[in-house]
Amino acid sequence: MIGNLVGVLFDGIAYGSLLFLISVGLSVTMGMMNFINLAHGAFAMVGGYVCVTLLSKLGLPFLATLPLAFIVAALAGLVLERLLYRRLYRAPHLDQVLFSIGLTFMAVAGATWLFGPTQQPVNLPDWLRGQVHVLGLDLGAYRLFLIGVVVLVTAALVLLIERTRFGARIRAAVDNQTAAEGLGINVSRVFSLTFALGSGLAGLGGGLGIDVLGLDPSFPVKYMVYFLLVVAVGGAGSIKGPLIAALILGVFDVAGKYYVPEVGAFVIYTLMVVLLILFPFGLVRRKA
Amino acid sequence: MTPPLESTGRGAPDTSVATVPHLPNDRWKPLEIVFWLLPVVAWFLFPDHLVLVSQIMIVGLFALSLDLVLGYAGIVSLGHAAFFGLGAYTAGLLSAHGWGEPVSGLFAAALVAGVFGFVVSFLVVRGQDLARLMVTLGIGLMLFEAANKAAFITGGVDGLSGMATAPLFGTFEFDLYGKTAFWYSLGVLFLLFVFLRGVVNSPFGLSLRGIREGGKRMPAIGTNVDRRLRAAYTVGAAIAGVAGALLAQTTQFVGLDSLGFPRSAELLIMLVLGGTGRLYGALVGAAVFMVAQDYISGLDPAYWQFYIGLLLVLIVLFARGGILGGLEKLVQRLKPSTRKEVA
Repeated sequence: MIGNLVGVLFDGIAYGSLLFLISVGLSVTMGMMNFINLAHGAFAMVGGYVCVTLLSKLGLPFLATLPLAFIVAALAGLVLERLLYRRLYRAPHLDQVLFSIGLTFMAVAGATWLFGPTQQPVNLPDWLRGQVHVLGLDLGAYRLFLIGVVVLVTAALVLLIERTRFGARIRAAVDNQTAAEGLGINVSRVFSLTFALGSGLAGLGGGLGIDVLGLDPSFPVKYMVYFLLVVAVGGAGSIKGPLIAALILGVFDVAGKYYVPEVGAFVIYTLMVVLLILFPFGLVRRKA
Repeated sequence: MTPPLESTGRGAPDTSVATVPHLPNDRWKPLEIVFWLLPVVAWFLFPDHLVLVSQIMIVGLFALSLDLVLGYAGIVSLGHAAFFGLGAYTAGLLSAHGWGEPVSGLFAAALVAGVFGFVVSFLVVRGQDLARLMVTLGIGLMLFEAANKAAFITGGVDGLSGMATAPLFGTFEFDLYGKTAFWYSLGVLFLLFVFLRGVVNSPFGLSLRGIREGGKRMPAIGTNVDRRLRAAYTVGAAIAGVAGALLAQTTQFVGLDSLGFPRSAELLIMLVLGGTGRLYGALVGAAVFMVAQDYISGLDPAYWQFYIGLLLVLIVLFARGGILGGLEKLVQRLKPSTRKEVA
């Protein structure tokens, strides 16, 4: 029972860290540009398909496909931001919602056309399969790897935002656009780069997540609610909030599916409604 | 956030052209009467497509209910199908368990959906756009999951069958060609439209528009914003329930998809396609959408979703206000002296 509990906790943390990796970009863009982007999952899907294609068609090693998933998704994000998203930063939320639902539908139909409606298989290298013994516990090697990657990425992200000049610009733009612009910061370029970074992280998460979340054309719709949830519960515009929220949601979702499978996804939706009622502005509220 | 003066509801009737402020005038205009003759014309012109026309009217009613919530009260909802499905299951379960009388079934559906909408409205009104979006989405998904898991009541994925809708008023059988269904749907749609038309032109409806245009100013003139939004949401939910019940009674089947997210999203698309905040937009949008869906998905179902996505992006970028908004602008450009309004 205790071993069980630790196992569920571990799987939940792995799942939650994956959710965090995909959603963190959404949190930053939402906090920064006040843009409700329902199409964020589509960038994750792009990363996933890049991984699968490179693995099966070109036979690249799994680790080598991940940076490429990041780059392709980031480029897609950059192009779309420059061409389309920026026109809607000042639009009403409804317009943003509709626009991003439209993009999502197009991404779903496009993926169906290119790759077919079926689940994509992923061949993990041998050293990522099976179990690893840690302190007398059997832990999934891949999930351990997943947690490791997310810890590294999060550390890099915190360093980037807290310690670099670019990070300072991002923080300034989130806090007060007008003042940041007045100080000579090219806010529109910061927006573009941040959007690309967020999309790239989603792509990386999508590639990493094939084994956990699966990958088929309905991916952006199926997990949309989870990504939004992480941001809405965690509070937009920060890194800490979504991290906490993603871990809570991950653990509860896995525990719910493990202990009360007959209730299924109910656990997570109930949790979401309760958390939103208790914290209408998110767990960590950014002070502007 | 958008500045308070700016319109927050997209496609809100363009008031910039109307230089003289005016109170809504609820007298029926000739164009409206012509509009309501269209279904009757359709009855004679397309006797083979009565089922499609009935579906359009039912979905149009559903879109009307969202127009009240979104177009007038300005509440962004991604889970309106919850109420549609709730109404459909209410009517369906009543009928499957022996209570097949249709009109009382509608009232029951309205009651159940309305009560649920009232309870939910407390949660919805609390937050801002993002939280509202999430709460409506979450509640929609919760109901879907509940219906899915409670297969012993709802039939789960297979849908609820075994319904037997009794003849309307004890005389008109629901036939295979959908003749009774046609007049029944038209009647209910028209009655509820007249009701909604009255609501949006009443002081209550005006206060909703006031809240939509500048929520911070309305408390200053003594409006209880939350209470009005709750009322609008509850009415919208009840009408969505009636639409669901109509669909269940006329097709004698309730599927899980009546609760699903795609239905909520499609509904939003229809509404913005027609134009929000003008009632007729909901009906025009539903008609255009359903006819296009019938036509295009007959050609190639896989690409339907792509075109719908493209259409949405284009509407948002270039055609705010939808079909009716575009027509209004066109009419105003042609006749700069006279003001033309549809609703």
